[in-house]
Amino acid sequence: MSPTELPVLPEGLVVIVKEDCPTCELIVPVLKQLASGNQLTVFSQDEPNFPEGIEDQQFDGDLAISWHHNIETVPTLLVIEDGKETARTVGWSRSQWESITGVSQLGVELPDHRPGCGSLSVDPSLSADLELRFGSSTMRARRVDFASLEDTHEALFDRGWTDGLPVVPPSEARVMAMLEGTTRSPEEIVASVPPDLAPCTVEKVAINAVMAGCRPEYLPIVLAGVEAVCTDTFNMHGLLATTMPHAPVLIVNGPIAQQIGMNSGNNALGQGNRANSTIGRAVQLVVRNVGGGRPGEVDRAAFGSPGKVGFCFAEREEDSPWSPISTMYGFPAGTNTVLAFPGEAPRNLVDQLSRDPDSLARTYAANLISIQHPKLVLGFDAILAVAPDHSRVFREAGWSREHLADRINELTVRPGHELIRGAGNIPEGIPEAMEELDLPKFRPNGLHIVHCGGAAGLFSAIIGGWVNGEMGSDPVCVQITP
Amino acid sequence: MTKVLDPTNEATPADIPRVNRPESLDGLTVGLLDISKPRGDRFLDRIEERLVERGLRVERFRKPTFTKPAPVDLRHEIATKCDVVIEALAD
Repeated sequence: MSPTELPVLPEGLVVIVKEDCPTCELIVPVLKQLASGNQLTVFSQDEPNFPEGIEDQQFDGDLAISWHHNIETVPTLLVIEDGKETARTVGWSRSQWESITGVSQLGVELPDHRPGCGSLSVDPSLSADLELRFGSSTMRARRVDFASLEDTHEALFDRGWTDGLPVVPPSEARVMAMLEGTTRSPEEIVASVPPDLAPCTVEKVAINAVMAGCRPEYLPIVLAGVEAVCTDTFNMHGLLATTMPHAPVLIVNGPIAQQIGMNSGNNALGQGNRANSTIGRAVQLVVRNVGGGRPGEVDRAAFGSPGKVGFCFAEREEDSPWSPISTMYGFPAGTNTVLAFPGEAPRNLVDQLSRDPDSLARTYAANLISIQHPKLVLGFDAILAVAPDHSRVFREAGWSREHLADRINELTVRPGHELIRGAGNIPEGIPEAMEELDLPKFRPNGLHIVHCGGAAGLFSAIIGGWVNGEMGSDPVCVQITP
Repeated sequence: MTKVLDPTNEATPADIPRVNRPESLDGLTVGLLDISKPRGDRFLDRIEERLVERGLRVERFRKPTFTKPAPVDLRHEIATKCDVVIEALAD
């Protein structure tokens, strides 16, 4: 019989038990009572000879019976008539057992009622393997065999499937468990992934999420991240092909961030949090493996950045003076979203002395002006990550995000004659035709102010953007769906 | 044996391409793979004699059956131990 076929249960009464369950031990006298005068079969999940003294006692060691018949609790009592289940009860309840079996005075010396224990077939540590063995797998990815003498980690690296760091081998069982993290069908196409514009299924995203080290509950964020970066607006192809170092920076908003344990506080842009570290990495592995975007090939970055392994963090919403950054993209606060921003590595910005919002805004403006080049304006967006020690100043002064952004923009305005090519003896700069204009550093909505970071430290951080707009990339915010 | 799911778009073959043929066998280890067809071993015995006369190192391998591809473990062992392989077909 094929493992995926439903095994037929014997006629009469069927009880599923395991020795490692006090309730099953308790009802052994009841089973013996039922065995005399009834057609009774007892299946044990763990101990081949449990319980002793029952004539028709069978072993469900591979859990085929339990899995196929959806046994969630032991003991489970079933009535089988003409090959079909006609009644079922779980745990021990004298009244239930008597009514189902039609036998009275069952286990009179026992308590009336005792809940059962979890069936081994639903044990979390076994369920993925059982699903694999008995379920009909819908996964379509090619299976690749490695020799037992071959080191799996080396083999994964040799195939070119890693970013240089070790990956978790994407076994069928792990990918199946990963797919539990979403309600979407494994076959659903999530996006066409640049540069090869390869159609990417939920299953392929799950495989790469396993490799990146994600937990299943991260998968919806990874899926949304892949969707966001694979839009024409975000222009992942251009971001790969550019000689500039930028890569997707993913900012997560909404209750999901806390639910899955993302870090928006201490060291939010650093290492040490599994969700932060692996979600961005999973998106990058999809680009590498499904899209074919590899350094030295389509990826022509002169320097790259440590963030190209993966760069993802959550906004610190709980004590933020501002609405979530996702509201800039029209999502109501409280919506689960991922914002993909084409960013470079973060750099710290110190101001330990300012205590009023305007002086802090001046510090920000002075630093932000230098992104890419102090003489290049309007062409690059930026993330300004404000930590709580700084954001407190704006809360107390009642400065909204828009107010702060407007003030920074105002403070960055410089006369064109300082910015044009050749000004200050530097050929780099804006075209001479703009000499008469007064220009701010950022285009409207180019500055993305987010709240994150640890509670101590009078700092903010800047993440410079890549070429914006039609010539480059625009940030894309996508709702996370289960 | 470890089985994993392919994380790529599967546009390229799963198998790793063959290495180029060497210009000379000098200093190389030669694997002789008997595919288990009758008398293939006699042919390979003679090849082995000739190679050893030339001072080459020879490793012998045998497929369990000629009706199926070589097991992945055997392929890996050959790839690990040898620089080139000669596979014999005989009847």
